[in-house]
Amino acid sequence: MSADPTQVLAFETDCHIFADCGFPSPGLHSFLFEPLWGNGDSNVYFNKTMLLALLGSIIVIGFFWAAFRRPQVVPGKLQMVAEAGYDFVRRGVVYETMGKRQGEKYVPFVVALFFFVWMMNLWSIIPFAQFPVTSVIAYPMVLALVVYLVWVSLTFKKHGFVGALKNFTGYDKSLGAALPVVMLIEAFSNLLVRPFTHAVRLFANMFAGHILLVLFTIASWYLLNGIGIAYAGVSFLMVLVMTVFELFIQALQAYVFVLLTCTYIQGALAEQH
Amino acid sequence: MSPLLHIAAEGELQNPLVPPIPEVVIGLLAFVIVFGFLAWKLLPNINKVLEERREAIEGGIEKAEAAQTEAQSVLEQYKAQLAEARHEAARLRQEAQEQGAVLIAEMRAEGQRQREEIIAAGHAQVEADRKAASAALRQDIGRLATDLAGKLVGESLEDHARQSRVIDRFLDGLEEKAEAAR
Repeated sequence: MSADPTQVLAFETDCHIFADCGFPSPGLHSFLFEPLWGNGDSNVYFNKTMLLALLGSIIVIGFFWAAFRRPQVVPGKLQMVAEAGYDFVRRGVVYETMGKRQGEKYVPFVVALFFFVWMMNLWSIIPFAQFPVTSVIAYPMVLALVVYLVWVSLTFKKHGFVGALKNFTGYDKSLGAALPVVMLIEAFSNLLVRPFTHAVRLFANMFAGHILLVLFTIASWYLLNGIGIAYAGVSFLMVLVMTVFELFIQALQAYVFVLLTCTYIQGALAEQH
Repeated sequence: MSPLLHIAAEGELQNPLVPPIPEVVIGLLAFVIVFGFLAWKLLPNINKVLEERREAIEGGIEKAEAAQTEAQSVLEQYKAQLAEARHEAARLRQEAQEQGAVLIAEMRAEGQRQREEIIAAGHAQVEADRKAASAALRQDIGRLATDLAGKLVGESLEDHARQSRVIDRFLDGLEEKAEAAR
């Protein structure tokens, strides 16, 4: 389903090493999909990534619906697992960064964010889907944008207009002559670079992970000829290793994403010093 | 052919950092759905249950603490009662001993007194008997002696005065002998 009609999936081609055809290397085209419905020209279309995003939402909701619809004081197995996940985010991320009193209000937001991002990352290694939704910049970007709007508006609400500007620019009189420069750098760093890196950190990790998986998968197939078979085995082993590694990276990136979110919100709520 | 394919065919792909609008919309929608469900229903649900559980556990602890406190107070009460009872018993024993001692002393005094009375009564009786016997004997002896003397000397000793004098002298002599013999 790659954008280039000549190379759909590696396995659908008959291209192997020593068969006089070039290595069908993965690239940006591996992240583009023909619309399943609609027309790519009109901006009204529906593709695999969107399908996975919505399916992922349904899975997350379905899981928590099954676990927390009628929760028991003495939990069942599913509820216990869900509680462990919930508690991990609530205590391990929100309370750790913002404290219980201040953070309680943001627990649902951060919990939803964590499980949403994790699910979108997990698609990377779920058979047949095998594509991390978060490796398409639109998804990390929109999440980072929501977070950005939350913490920026919180800063204005908490400190007022001037206070918020001071907060963004790291206003500190003791810096003296360096103050304008510092304020400029701080404003640039906080208001522009921060949301960008927040989104791109997640995007790039998932993007790279997917490229690696695709690369080794294609290579396993491509090398499956003559002496190349031995190398194909190694390449396939790498696919397994990278899958396990990705499993780790997916959870880690989701964790990093919400941890940064909490840090930003905490920074917005922090008293001026 | 879609524009993507055009671009692909031209060897130029879309910048991966420029988001396609429809995907942004769907991404936002997907997240809002998740957030909405969790924030509206599911997390309040579980929070309520977690709170209930916490209360159940703390309630159990509180109950146990209450029971322990009660047990402690009952134990102290019991100990206090026991100590009081011991004290009371000791006091009663002491009192009984004192009363007993008084009683014994009283009874002893009473016995002493009765004994002395009995002895005194005996003495008086003996004295009275002795006096009565002595008086009776004195008469009998006087009469016998007079009779005997009359028989011996005839009517000459009929003179009363003389008779009495003789008898008294005789009896005095007897008594003197008895005194000397004792």
